[in-house]
Amino acid sequence: MHDAIHVDYDTMIPNNVGLSEDRKVLKALEKWHPGYIDWWKGLGPDGFQEALVYLRTAVSVDPKGWAKFDYVKMPEYRWGILLAPQEEERKVPFGEYKGEAAWQEVPGEHRAMLRRLIVIQGDTEPASVEQQRHLGATAPSLYDMRNLFQVNVEEGRHLWAMVYLLQKYFGRDGREESEELLQRHSGDPDKPRMLGAFNEATPDWLSFFMFTFFTDRDGKMQLESLAQSGFDPLSRTCRFMLTEEAHHMFVGETGVGRTIQRTCDAMNEAGIDDPYDINRVRDLGVIDLPTLQKKANMHYTLSLDLFGSEVSTNAANAFNAGLKGRFHESRIEDDHQLTKDTYPVVKRVNGHIEMVDTPALSALNMRLRDDYARDCEKGVGRWNKIIEKTGVDFQLKLPHTAFHRGIGEFAQSEASPDGDILSADEWAARKDDWLPSKADGDFIASLMEQVTTPGKYAGWIAPPKVGIDNKPGDFEYVKIDPS
Amino acid sequence: MNAIVKQHLIDPEICIRCGTCEETCPIDAVTHNDDNYVVDAEKCNYCMDCIAPCPTGSIDNWRVVNTPYSLDEQFSWEELPEQEDIATDEGAAATMEALEDEISALLAEAHKGTGGKPVAPASAAKPSVNLYSRSKPAIATVQGNLRLTEEGTGNDVRHIVLDLGDTVFPVLEGQSIGIIPPGEDAGGKPQGVRLYSVASARDGERPNTNNLSLTVKREEVGVCSNYLCDLKRGDKVQVTGPFGATFLIPEDPAVKLVMICTGTGSAPFRAFTERRRRTMPSVKGGLTLFFGARRPEELPYFGPLKKVPPQLMTQHLCYSRVPDAPKEYVQDRMLTCADELSALLKDDGTHVFICGLKGMETGVDESFASICRQSDLDWSAVKTAMRESGRYHVETY
Repeated sequence: MHDAIHVDYDTMIPNNVGLSEDRKVLKALEKWHPGYIDWWKGLGPDGFQEALVYLRTAVSVDPKGWAKFDYVKMPEYRWGILLAPQEEERKVPFGEYKGEAAWQEVPGEHRAMLRRLIVIQGDTEPASVEQQRHLGATAPSLYDMRNLFQVNVEEGRHLWAMVYLLQKYFGRDGREESEELLQRHSGDPDKPRMLGAFNEATPDWLSFFMFTFFTDRDGKMQLESLAQSGFDPLSRTCRFMLTEEAHHMFVGETGVGRTIQRTCDAMNEAGIDDPYDINRVRDLGVIDLPTLQKKANMHYTLSLDLFGSEVSTNAANAFNAGLKGRFHESRIEDDHQLTKDTYPVVKRVNGHIEMVDTPALSALNMRLRDDYARDCEKGVGRWNKIIEKTGVDFQLKLPHTAFHRGIGEFAQSEASPDGDILSADEWAARKDDWLPSKADGDFIASLMEQVTTPGKYAGWIAPPKVGIDNKPGDFEYVKIDPS
Repeated sequence: MNAIVKQHLIDPEICIRCGTCEETCPIDAVTHNDDNYVVDAEKCNYCMDCIAPCPTGSIDNWRVVNTPYSLDEQFSWEELPEQEDIATDEGAAATMEALEDEISALLAEAHKGTGGKPVAPASAAKPSVNLYSRSKPAIATVQGNLRLTEEGTGNDVRHIVLDLGDTVFPVLEGQSIGIIPPGEDAGGKPQGVRLYSVASARDGERPNTNNLSLTVKREEVGVCSNYLCDLKRGDKVQVTGPFGATFLIPEDPAVKLVMICTGTGSAPFRAFTERRRRTMPSVKGGLTLFFGARRPEELPYFGPLKKVPPQLMTQHLCYSRVPDAPKEYVQDRMLTCADELSALLKDDGTHVFICGLKGMETGVDESFASICRQSDLDWSAVKTAMRESGRYHVETY
């Protein structure tokens, strides 16, 4: 009997979906498994496949059992298929079919759309592992290295989660899509990953932290809206993934926060008041605050592009079909069908930026992006608290949504971080004040050094306030050469 | 005086406001405003569901208070308040595992595998807790120090008897005591307190002696274990405690005990066995022991165990390093005894106790899950029900 909470380790693939009684899907997944392991070994964390990493693994999907900590070799990590427990009598919560029983099988007429949503989500998961594969070599501490690897194995598991849905519910198409997910690679000129931000390089740890704060937060918003889905297996999958995703937000927020902390502390120790005295600050071996602002500008805007066009028929169709809802759909008080509602959308009108009321159904991307921006805003506020406490006079700020955009209303124009529309010349002249230049990147790269003494940290980043799993400061989170 | 409360709080400096705790809490005790996520002291029932899923560790904060902090107070915080000095009486203390933060943290870590708030067995006696502390330790005198494992095995495990003289130091079977090793650590601070389970029954090594025994394995670089293993008769030792209010022997003679251990994890089970033997010698078949070691020569109390009559206890001794024999761990033997164990799990009187190295937890848990699957039980549900009724206990380190 499978108990739906506890993970079944009887098959090669740990799961709580009764795989041992579902021979067809089990066989398909077993066939996919070696390709996945090859992918992990070839494009996963470079040089640490034999290291023992203090990772958490889920042994069940209830709160008690999903965070077991132990040393694991990454290729032996128990990737598996874990769905949040099924809610009895769950209904489709929004759209045209609102109030009908949630679907346990794919609704035939929306099959293609659903497959596409799952494939796009699935494509981002291995992409970030690929982007981050060289970071172990410059990890600022064993603590950070462990956090990186935890993020990596969980992204790997999220790929499993999407592949399970494809294999289980989409037959031959699903099997082919699953293979494709291993064939596309981040930054590959011939077979790139599907979304832009996932083909950018993650060259250093500050980029990694910014990526996990800003880009993984897009992932969180997408998962939140898929967790609302009327297709119950997708909803349950995403709900469990969200619990893991929170760790990724944590790595990003505290990674940048600790970088800020170290910079401000170093400035105070050296008696530097002016945060714009960039060369003197950099001489201290820390990353100056204006450069942190530029990095935030870049990662935030690349992530905004992931939400697609502000006005979108695809998003409207997915909502109407009951496949993809809004952030915290169940907590919104309206008819959950949006037949008459409007939503203000940012538009360029006669050279000015204005908010224009638009049918809410077609403005769902805009709405999700607004929810995302608010979430980011709060995190930036907490970074500013850190700065404020050290007495340094500086505030980080998110740029205007018109700034540095490649998709949507402002893709064809340039704007300053304050939202002033600029000519191409003006933009070219000021660009390096707002976005990291090659020289900025070189400087950050020059600080990256691997620190492997337990409890020690590279000079540009402060230690965390508490350890993972309450471990003491000098805990050896990664045993790099366990033999 | 108000009853003191151990209040559950979230550290606003560490929390990233991901909302996982609020999603997880089964009784909606966690709430938030634009600034902070907070725990409602009137609702929180210490089920601990929120602890493991929190990605930051900010959720795992506690203050002993006379009056709990209100929601509004918590919403206004930018950092956690310091622990105030709280005078405690013995009655209030009895509901907690320990009053010193240092010890609470050690016990919380050791009991983590329980999978939620540990609950004492319904029929356990009321323990005394934290009568002695770092600032006010008891002084014990070494009465004996005996090697339990064979010479030359490289595995030096000792049975150490501490005499408490005229000091009142009431311990129950399953409780631990703290040892303060002399000297300072590398950072110049006093050495941290180490916890050891008591291996003797509450009335002493022999009935009516005011002493207790510990089972200590010498660790290569262990400050405290080397200190203890090198002790000689007559040496004085600083002791704190007793500690622990949940991993306790049930007093009900009808109760069945399943004890699973490795190495020095046998200490509390030696105490349990002694207690049963002394107080209810006529009760048959209530004890089942799964005990793992590398070889018989390295199994603590191998000799004395052979003298425990089979009517009192069923013994499963498993070895992982006997030449020319297959490796067998406790979790393997559990699977061999699946029928016996599944019958025990179906019995509402069964209490499971697990003690040993952290590494054994997963294997034991998986064996239980597997045994349950074979007999149409849902281990997750069984375990939760057992824990909530004080019948499932884990103490690992």
